[in-house]
Amino acid sequence: MFLFATRRLFQAIPILLGVSLVVFGLLQIVPGNPIDLLLPPEASPEMIAQMKAEFGFDKPLYIQYFNWLLRALAGNFGNSIFSGQPVAGEIAVALKNTLHLALPAAVLGFSLGILLGMLAAFNSGHWLDKLFSALAIAGVSLPHYWFAIIMVVIFSVTLNALPAQGMGEGSLTEQIPFLILPVITLSLIPMGVVARLVRATVLDIRSQDFVGALEAKGLSKGRILFHVAKNAAPPVLAIMGLQFGYLLGGSILVETVFNWPGSGNLLNLAIFRRDIPVLQGTILVLAFFFVLLNLAVDIAQAMIDPRIRR
Amino acid sequence: MAEAAPKPIVDVRDLKVEFRRREQSVAAVNGVTFSLMPGEVLTILGESGSGKSVTLKALMGLVPDYAHVTGQALVDGKDVVGMSRDELRQIRGPVVSMIFQEPMTALDPVFTIGDQIAEIIKTHEGLSHRAAMKRALELLEMVSIPSAARRLKNYPHEMSGGMRQRAMIAMALACRPSVLLADEPTTALDVTVQIQILLLLRQIQKEMGMAVVFVTHDVGVAAEISDQVAVMYAGRLVETGTVYEVLSERSHPYTEGLLSSTVHGGMKGQPLDMIRGQPPNLAALPPGCSFAPRCSQAVESCHRVEAPAVTLGPGRLVRCIRAQPLLAAE
Repeated sequence: MFLFATRRLFQAIPILLGVSLVVFGLLQIVPGNPIDLLLPPEASPEMIAQMKAEFGFDKPLYIQYFNWLLRALAGNFGNSIFSGQPVAGEIAVALKNTLHLALPAAVLGFSLGILLGMLAAFNSGHWLDKLFSALAIAGVSLPHYWFAIIMVVIFSVTLNALPAQGMGEGSLTEQIPFLILPVITLSLIPMGVVARLVRATVLDIRSQDFVGALEAKGLSKGRILFHVAKNAAPPVLAIMGLQFGYLLGGSILVETVFNWPGSGNLLNLAIFRRDIPVLQGTILVLAFFFVLLNLAVDIAQAMIDPRIRR
Repeated sequence: MAEAAPKPIVDVRDLKVEFRRREQSVAAVNGVTFSLMPGEVLTILGESGSGKSVTLKALMGLVPDYAHVTGQALVDGKDVVGMSRDELRQIRGPVVSMIFQEPMTALDPVFTIGDQIAEIIKTHEGLSHRAAMKRALELLEMVSIPSAARRLKNYPHEMSGGMRQRAMIAMALACRPSVLLADEPTTALDVTVQIQILLLLRQIQKEMGMAVVFVTHDVGVAAEISDQVAVMYAGRLVETGTVYEVLSERSHPYTEGLLSSTVHGGMKGQPLDMIRGQPPNLAALPPGCSFAPRCSQAVESCHRVEAPAVTLGPGRLVRCIRAQPLLAAE
């Protein structure tokens, strides 16, 4: 088990290197140049050259890459071209804000998804199953931003019960009303995806011989449910890892609708401002967390299902 | 056994299992009657789809919800038909337990063998985990699994087929049931392992004095292990009796066909006999005797009238029109 975990850990390194290369490379291909945005059109060639040297854009690409990577490894992603502030700080703030949304959204979406999926699977064919499956499909297919706007119209504009945007100030309890609408919106997709997978997996497992054999042992309903759940856990964990990764990346649309200064918002702004250091840093940090999350899922899966350990 | 007339441990009367789906109703088991004394081994012999597995499952209430079960199936004096889920849970394990055909798919892949055996003991006898694990170890030793202590921590995929089936037997015996149901427990195994498992079952059955209902399509297996044999065809028992009576007298043409189509009865260089045709579609049984279309000795009336059940002696029954004159002749 320990061996498996260390092996997976080392396998994550080339993945991250690859990601860094892609992140760095993609932004070289993107049209548009931050220098053009910063300097007035009539800037002299000397000024452009000086600016380029300042940001290191005059060196060969591979040197730029290694310099950037070495600094990134030390947690230094350079300064934002737009604000001049260190990128690392901006990412930390944005990620923390997104985490305020992502954590409750994940908890809500996953628990609802597991509950609905289980109930649907154990009542398959019944109208409950059809209702829950319809809910799950709705969760996956409703456009996020549309749902967000409808929620705002109902709860903020009409009922005037919840704030329409922003993340509030002061203590966490004072921020809670601001969290409700975006968290519900963000939990929809994980809820739908998890519910559908849980239903399909549980149905598949319940049709296997060993469940009949468990009944033949005279086990209680709860004990049989435990067996089914443990068997269903690996694929469900995998999808939850992916979904949580998406949530960490923040939803550009949802964060825009609710004017939430999270990582999605940061990425969005960086793209429009051609703020390459911010873009590179954010993507790299997000990729890092994504890989880390999947590593954790891999290890958890192997702990549950011994057949994965090989 | 007690001084008073011993009561059968399994007493099945006119058991019917119908699978009802939409318009169609299929009687997989169609009026089966047999009884079994404590410590006896009964083999139900038949082709795939003859209803032998369903009969076995009905004995512990393991049939799906859409199955309609009627008749009576007394196990240890209690009727399994119409038992509530809770009542069934009580008897599964301590009174009646089952060994399945495929030890690979019938074991939970993500629990260790030890845990899977221990949980049944914990459920029914309320033992602590440690005590239950100790019992599990004894059980694995009883079914002669080598290095049993290490095997307790193994997962099913880490064991061979024969070893898994031994573990499965250990699990079925965990609460010392009075009746063991075995659903083709050797079919999925290598031939060399098959005989080991059979011998093990026979030995344990003798030691524990359990009654065993053994389901198989292998005549050799039946001859090896059973006291009583019941031959099943299209949901009915067509011939019952002691293993000697059934295998030597072969009073039903189907039994005759089954026996002569095994390699045991065949002669070198001669083609094997076989039963012509296919087992009937249970949803559309022919009128009269359901074996008549395949029977080499069928007469005209076989296709019209249902074959009578002729009792030749205690527990000796043949469901064939030809059995009657046989009886009269004796």
